[in-house]
Amino acid sequence: MVNPLEYIGRNSLNLFQLVGELIQLFIHTLYWCKQALRNLDKIFYFMVRMGVNTLPIASFTSLFVGMVMVLQTGYTLEKFGMAESLGAIVPIAMARELGPVLTALLLAGRIGAAITAEIGTMTVSEEVDALKTLGINPIGYLAMPRFLACLFMLPVLVVYADVVGILGGAVVTTAYFQIPVTIYFDRMAESLEVIDIIKGLVKAAVFGVTIAIVGCRYGLKTSGGAAGVGEATTRSVVCSFVSIYILNYFITRLWM
Amino acid sequence: MLICLDIHIKLFHYTVMDVNEVEIDIQKLNKSFNSLHVLKDVDIEIRRAETTVIIGGSGTGKSVLLKHIMGLLQPDSGRIIIRGVDVTTINSHEAEKLRNRFAMVFQSSALLHSLTVAENVGLGLKEQHRLPKKQINEIAMEKLKLVKMEQKYNSMPEELSGGMKKRVAIARALAMDPEVVLYDEPTSGLDPIMAGNIDELILELKEKFKMTSVVVTHDMESAFYIGDHICMLYQGRIIEEGDPESFKQSENKIVKQFITRHGGAGI
Repeated sequence: MVNPLEYIGRNSLNLFQLVGELIQLFIHTLYWCKQALRNLDKIFYFMVRMGVNTLPIASFTSLFVGMVMVLQTGYTLEKFGMAESLGAIVPIAMARELGPVLTALLLAGRIGAAITAEIGTMTVSEEVDALKTLGINPIGYLAMPRFLACLFMLPVLVVYADVVGILGGAVVTTAYFQIPVTIYFDRMAESLEVIDIIKGLVKAAVFGVTIAIVGCRYGLKTSGGAAGVGEATTRSVVCSFVSIYILNYFITRLWM
Repeated sequence: MLICLDIHIKLFHYTVMDVNEVEIDIQKLNKSFNSLHVLKDVDIEIRRAETTVIIGGSGTGKSVLLKHIMGLLQPDSGRIIIRGVDVTTINSHEAEKLRNRFAMVFQSSALLHSLTVAENVGLGLKEQHRLPKKQINEIAMEKLKLVKMEQKYNSMPEELSGGMKKRVAIARALAMDPEVVLYDEPTSGLDPIMAGNIDELILELKEKFKMTSVVVTHDMESAFYIGDHICMLYQGRIIEEGDPESFKQSENKIVKQFITRHGGAGI
């Protein structure tokens, strides 16, 4: 029988340790960004890989989210004679909230997991130790390029997801509510402000950093062979998801 | 500042020191992982330009000891004195400086699977010394020739056999022009011919470059062939040490069992 107090205490300590390690890795990675110019090829390689891997699923997800949002809100708005407002609601929701959060969750599932699996495999096969023996810092060599790639690529993907989601919304608005596309985009132009897009991009950058740091932390701490890599990958994705939800709340609250 | 000066004076002294002087002195080294006490008051002297072989059964702490020498693990207590400087008492940056002429060959070879053979060999030169690409390629080819792997310079690690990977790992270690090379089970998993070739290579490097080598193995044939000094680690302690001949004559029951490959209550 586990003592509940002991259980809570142990898990609290583990949580504080995890947060501490993530902050420490973030600071070390920032320090190693001094070598970014020397590693532009690696950074671009990871950016391209992230973009290419995530683009199809990001397109699919944001297209359907945009379309479903119109269906869900459209019928209610129509009852009040406000269906034209769809052109205001969908773009704002995509730019401020759905674009950054959904794309970040997709990136965490695809790229965050890949980062942990790659670095975790290198850790258990002693490749990370080999780097250290060659005088190469694993944070500078492994974490920094992935960190910068996530930081710059997620906002790009978010802009793309926003556009696709808004277009999906426009198609359904025209098809089901007989509202001309021009009105949809007029409403969008009236209500969507540049600051909404900027806020979404800032969120995206924060989520990108979080995904990279969490992925690298779990990868570098992997132990226990192939099973350990699987375990670390699962934990990394869960931690990224939870971190994105929590950070999203606090960033949104900060801007209210 | 004074500590740095002291380190540099000692380093200068040790660069002109004689062959057979103590290069690495390990004193009362202890290491535990949770409740498992792996190394218990380990004392070893590793002499310059000699091959020190550390033998022992699986799980006795041989690789852990090697990782302490390389600085990949930190001891719970004890001293690791490299060229007269206790690395457990100085900061990690200074310790790295002392170890920058050390290289390690891992049991799994630990080649980076995303890089070609030549890129693996030149990795340290590219990332640490920032040499021009042409010069890195020349050094990589030179080291690959030394281990007779030059024809595989453009291959990926997964295209190589176990023995070939070990040779490339040795070439990668040599690319940094080390004075001390640590080998973790260099012949494990290899057929007898390939294991013999690796032994010959270790001997050749010692003769040619006067390298100090520390070899962890449980291959007794290899230990007696390449070792100038052999230590046996048993249950985290050094229970016997000496030159190969005196080791063969050891009266220690556990050592005898290990050499004759006859198990019993001891092992």
